[in-house]
Amino acid sequence: MIAVYGLREALRRKVFVVVLLLTLGFLGLYWLANHYVFRDVQNIAPPAGIDPRPFAGAFLFGLAMFATLFLGVVLAIFLTLGVVRGDAERGLLQPLVVRPVGRSTLLVARWLGAVAVCAPYVGGVYAAAMVITGLTGHWWPDRIVVPGLELAAGVAIVAALSLLGSVFLTATANGIAVFMIFGAGLVAGLLGSIGHALNSHTLEHASKVAAWAIPFEALYQDGLRQITADTTGITGFLLQLGPFGGAYTGGPLLRFWALAYLGLIGLVAVAGFARKDL
Amino acid sequence: MPSALDCRGLEKRYGPTIALAGVDLKVEEGELVGLLGPNGAGKSTLVKIACGLVRASGGAATVQDAPAGSREARRRIGYLAELFRFPGWYSADELLELHQRLSGSTGGATERDELLDLVELTDARTRRVEQMSKGMQQRLGLAQALVGAPPLLLLDEPTSALDPVGRRTVRTLLEELRSRGTSVLLNSHLLSEVELVCDRVAILLHGRLVAEGSPSELARARGVEVETEEGTHVFEGASREDAPRLVAELVAAGRRVYGVRVLTSTLEDTYLEAVGGETS
Repeated sequence: MIAVYGLREALRRKVFVVVLLLTLGFLGLYWLANHYVFRDVQNIAPPAGIDPRPFAGAFLFGLAMFATLFLGVVLAIFLTLGVVRGDAERGLLQPLVVRPVGRSTLLVARWLGAVAVCAPYVGGVYAAAMVITGLTGHWWPDRIVVPGLELAAGVAIVAALSLLGSVFLTATANGIAVFMIFGAGLVAGLLGSIGHALNSHTLEHASKVAAWAIPFEALYQDGLRQITADTTGITGFLLQLGPFGGAYTGGPLLRFWALAYLGLIGLVAVAGFARKDL
Repeated sequence: MPSALDCRGLEKRYGPTIALAGVDLKVEEGELVGLLGPNGAGKSTLVKIACGLVRASGGAATVQDAPAGSREARRRIGYLAELFRFPGWYSADELLELHQRLSGSTGGATERDELLDLVELTDARTRRVEQMSKGMQQRLGLAQALVGAPPLLLLDEPTSALDPVGRRTVRTLLEELRSRGTSVLLNSHLLSEVELVCDRVAILLHGRLVAEGSPSELARARGVEVETEEGTHVFEGASREDAPRLVAELVAAGRRVYGVRVLTSTLEDTYLEAVGGETS
């Protein structure tokens, strides 16, 4: 019931409309980019060893994956940034909390409500971008389903982080904090790319630690790797540099860690909420 | 029969600030208790502890023997916060339905109809909250608190946004609830309202209970005023029963008595005396 309440709130809020409009704009521009890139890609002579069509397709689609992650994160943050403290300050939370529904149930249900909006959204944008690239450039990712699921999972983690922040921070402070964490993930990914290009294991290791500390980034990197999982040679090497962060295989351990991470965040959020005076 | 609400030595500290310093207060079944006090006296804190929004630093509060804040206790209360909002996109009916589901009420549409009728919002059943006036929202808040017919109602300034007609509606509603055996803890600044409807009044100051009793007990005798040819004289401490004797004594002493008035303090006098004129 609370999840439906959260879902209705999410769909009614203007942020959802704004994100939808931004998404339509993005997909339109993305189609244009694909159109021109693949029109010209046949006429360019790339350096030896680089296969231009997979390179262009994977790079463009990687870019779309980042944009999808970013838009999903924006949506997740704006739907959850004020769930506890923000709603309590506005007097929206108290009538619900005094009902015989546990605070933990309330929190989990609000997270599920946000995920019920964000995950289909991310899946939809991911699929639309893939279809645009596939139909325009006749290039399809090596793995289709897993990268989309990993992007959605990454956004679900950001939603959980934002919910956790909402227990302790005001809505504005929480929004800023979670966007900064997202930015930190982006920087970690870029540092990893630099480390990969320079063959600096230290930098790559630091990037990996940072990405795993905020596993939505590691999931994004894994998804990026999955779309060119079977691409080898110089093309494969260059694609691992990835747009906005490198492409690294996380493997099953990453997915297990992401689940455990969600559980940990949930526990801390529930414990914090249970002790909070409203 | 356990008390609807039983607070024993209730304490609450916010850092160095003491909001409640050991309050003992009971609300019995079917009793309507008014909670008075200046701003910052601890009234809202007490109500919030009773409904589980705030954790006590010391002491204990129980709702029909269930620890305040527990799931069992929350099943037995209805609460209207001083500052509350409902999502603007809900209609009155949808909002009550949401709270029916959350509280486990099986009353269905019949209960919703009755509640909307009780707070005179029958015509606004399908109106969205965002299209309602503040007063209508306040009455909807009351209806929401009554969902599931809770045995204890905790109302924090329920008439603050209401006009005189709305206040009378709430007074009538409270009397109706009392006749049904519902216990009510009413936190209000409106002394006249409390005096009119409450069985018992508790006055808080600096987190302590400084006065408690029925409105008639608190509005105690203040003396007898007698008007003679020499002017008006007040016999302090005298009661209504003393008036005939005082008049007889004055007449026997050769005075001419033109008028006699028994002076009683109002709840307002008692309140002001208890809080020492403090406002915050």
